[in-house]
Amino acid sequence: MKLNELTAHRLHEMLINREVSARDITEAVFNRIDEVEDELKAYVRTTKDLAYQQAEEVDQKIQRGENIPPLAGIPIALKDNICTKGVHTTCSSKMLENFIPPYDATVVEKIKENSAVIVGKTNMDEFAMGSSTETSAFYPTKNPWDITRVPGGSSGGSAAAVAADETIVALGSDTGGSIRQPAAFCGVVGLKPTYGVVSRYGVVAYASSFDQVGTITKDVTDCALLLNVIAGHDSNDTTSVKREKVDYTKALIDNVKGLKIGVPKEYFAEGLDPEVEKAVLESVEVLKSMGAQCEEVSLPHLKYALPTYCIIAMAEASANMARYDGIRYGYRTPEASDLIELYKKTRSEGFGNEVKRRIMLGTYALSTGHYDAYYLKAQKVRTLIKQDFEEIFKKVDVLLAPVTPDVAFRLGEKVDDPLTMYLTDSLTVPANIAGLPAISIPCGFKEGMPIGLQILAKHFAEATLLQVAYTFERNTDFHRRKPNYKGQEGGKN
Amino acid sequence: MDREIIIGLETHVELKTKSKIFCSCSAQFGGEPNTNTCPRCLAMPGTLPVLNKQAVEFAMKAALALNCEILPFCVFDRKNYFYPDLPKGFQTSQYTYPLARNGYIDIKVNGKTRRIRINRIHLEDDAGKSIHEKNYSLVDLNRAGVPLIEIVTEPDIRSPEEARLYLEKLKAILEYTEVSDCRMEEGSLRCDANISLRPFGSDKLGTKTEIKNLNSFRSVQRGLEYEVWRQNQALDNGEEIVQETLQWDEDLGVTVPMRSKEEAHDYRYFPEPDLVPTVITEEWIEAVRSTIPELPDSRFKRFVEEYGLPEYDAEVLTASRPVADYYEACLKFCPDPKAVSNWVMVDLFALLKANNMELADCLISPENLGEMIKLIKEGTISSKIAKTVFEEMFKTGKTASTIVEEKGLVQISDEGELRALVERVVAESPKSVEDYKNGKKKALGFMVGQVMKETKGKANPQLVNKLLLEILDN
Ligand SMILES: [Zn+2]
Repeated sequence: MKLNELTAHRLHEMLINREVSARDITEAVFNRIDEVEDELKAYVRTTKDLAYQQAEEVDQKIQRGENIPPLAGIPIALKDNICTKGVHTTCSSKMLENFIPPYDATVVEKIKENSAVIVGKTNMDEFAMGSSTETSAFYPTKNPWDITRVPGGSSGGSAAAVAADETIVALGSDTGGSIRQPAAFCGVVGLKPTYGVVSRYGVVAYASSFDQVGTITKDVTDCALLLNVIAGHDSNDTTSVKREKVDYTKALIDNVKGLKIGVPKEYFAEGLDPEVEKAVLESVEVLKSMGAQCEEVSLPHLKYALPTYCIIAMAEASANMARYDGIRYGYRTPEASDLIELYKKTRSEGFGNEVKRRIMLGTYALSTGHYDAYYLKAQKVRTLIKQDFEEIFKKVDVLLAPVTPDVAFRLGEKVDDPLTMYLTDSLTVPANIAGLPAISIPCGFKEGMPIGLQILAKHFAEATLLQVAYTFERNTDFHRRKPNYKGQEGGKN
Repeated sequence: MDREIIIGLETHVELKTKSKIFCSCSAQFGGEPNTNTCPRCLAMPGTLPVLNKQAVEFAMKAALALNCEILPFCVFDRKNYFYPDLPKGFQTSQYTYPLARNGYIDIKVNGKTRRIRINRIHLEDDAGKSIHEKNYSLVDLNRAGVPLIEIVTEPDIRSPEEARLYLEKLKAILEYTEVSDCRMEEGSLRCDANISLRPFGSDKLGTKTEIKNLNSFRSVQRGLEYEVWRQNQALDNGEEIVQETLQWDEDLGVTVPMRSKEEAHDYRYFPEPDLVPTVITEEWIEAVRSTIPELPDSRFKRFVEEYGLPEYDAEVLTASRPVADYYEACLKFCPDPKAVSNWVMVDLFALLKANNMELADCLISPENLGEMIKLIKEGTISSKIAKTVFEEMFKTGKTASTIVEEKGLVQISDEGELRALVERVVAESPKSVEDYKNGKKKALGFMVGQVMKETKGKANPQLVNKLLLEILDN
């Protein structure tokens, strides 16, 4: 197998055994990018010089006989809403097309401290608003399993890059499913940690009370390794939680005996594709056969999850987008005769339709006369949904559910139909509403397209979640299959 | 028709914390435009606020000094509006839950104490400054993110004068607590007023107008006086008061309506998701309370009781903390409360005012003033000479004794020397002597003046008086 097709933990072994150099790995990744990127368009920008420089430093460390951390020399792609000092951070928006942050996001600092090699910035839905990466102001990204289909979104670029072996690991952000849904569509592992586990400092906000940075990797072990690097309290983000440092690789245990699994019936409601349903229920059986106990459970308020999410997220977004006014940075209309016109033209020209739609909906939900009926009510329902989960997690350790109602849809299929597009998030938003950790792992195929299994756990129970995911992965083969896109060898790591 | 005036004030006060409220930039006034800024206060994408604890403590201190109750948690809301000097596109303020509630300030109006209740005090970040040129505007964000408290009164104020007195007292209290410089000219204390009129005896409030840009104590009173007159005129003419926001024009002395665009705001407040609530414990409140110094009211009482000062003196001296501190420092060197009070309130204030200076810039140390008063009491210099000495001290910062020595200003108290001089003056003033003998006591003053003139004011006036009487009455 080619180096770029391997996992981080396998490459780490090879690096410390001096079988390969970090430079070799970086080269393999950039060769692959050269090979497929014209068609796939997973990246907004690659950072080749930076990557080779970082690889060189790692190689020198290895040569000096120094110990290197597990992700040292491992190529990583960053969603383009994660600020990188001196490197364009565009959020795939015309508004920030020329924005170069003067600082690194906390997660980027941590990545650098751990000597991972930054390959580039990945394409996304504009300002993370979308579920297909089609709202990118630059171009849509394609799904390596079928280039007529979307990779999902908004972290579609990161998921496609990992699936097409254009990187080894990637970071995304998940506000309503933006890591798990593309991970499911692209057949990779995507984790949204508990709200507050990973710092949001330097991650361009979409909806502040939902946004969470997470991992997109080729397997669960890499997921744990990358989570080890990015998790932790950050004094720059007061919503990040002070907790003792956890080594998530300790959770990688191939055993679910006695673990209680809940299957919430509301996740299997109307609109769920039967083949997806079958794959998920079969996954439950796999874990059952491994000794897990299973029961059907119910989350009565789940049917309100999507509207609740939409109202609060868009309300927050309407305020978060206000800073893009053409005054201090970013796009400014070339011609305006007064201040109001400057605002109107800058924002009309700089934002795409989906961003405008969400600003307008959010503004409406907060307006005098509508606030109580929308925003306030949504906040109350949010509390009820949280309570539903709290009750359930008194009884079970994890919940198993589908990630998406169906497999990846075709490019252009839903982009003009926002409501249908929003519905693709209906099974992922509940975890964001409640701030819970949730992971998507490959669990089957339909028409050659991957299906994702969603595992949810209570707050800060990433370890339990990883244990279940790891056990499932060790006892199935879904994660080993590759899209077979442009010469991928696939097979065993 | 005579109408009752109902006024409520909203006062914004910048807190003089070391750093801004949500970032570590300096909160100092001044600096080249846009130098006290960072990605956070420039609202760069991805940045998040971190609450400055000192700002919360300063706000708590102010609230406690204003007799408020502090809420057990500190939470923020976003107040959404667009303006070029508002980098985030929203102000981070407190809407549903202010930091503190239910306080009051007592003011003295015509010798009577009036209590002005405070509805709420909330904490927020200041905006930057827009500088409008002819064809363009510039934005300076040095002030963006400086912590502010907004102090909102109940509609308890009944006259423009009361409004000014309230504001003066508020400023005094805040200065005492050292949470703000309260410099109206630098914008660290800004005041907006709500005002309405109603027939006496009515318990229904009339339609109010809001007046902005009341940027000095004088304009608070003048602006409100004008608005009272304007509303009375309108009501007398049977017109309805329009609820609107007005701008006080200090130069023209009128209030003018602001353009409706500028006031048609729906702020769409909602809870700030980027800041977790800060818990305010009883212990924290008590710790802050223990740092509050003696406040103007109790200091006033002490000055009257302990120093036996007239209420007027005590009032003036305690109105500002630096003055009261200065006064008490002088007393350490010269324990004569009334004499010190006179010198500070009359002579020192006059010189400061004439030179457009503040007490902080004054070169006369309390020790030097104390020494000077002692020289008078010991008879080394006359009160008259002391005025000259005092002016010199004010100019140079030298001690009184140095000046007296340098300029040879020691009082002549030698009886022999003075007697000769007095006899000479008497001999040379037959007309005055005659007048005096005819009962015109004023003539005595003339002769004292002559002696003082001869000695360039150095003669001990009591002694001259005594000698004159001796000679004339013999
Ligand atoms: Zn700053």
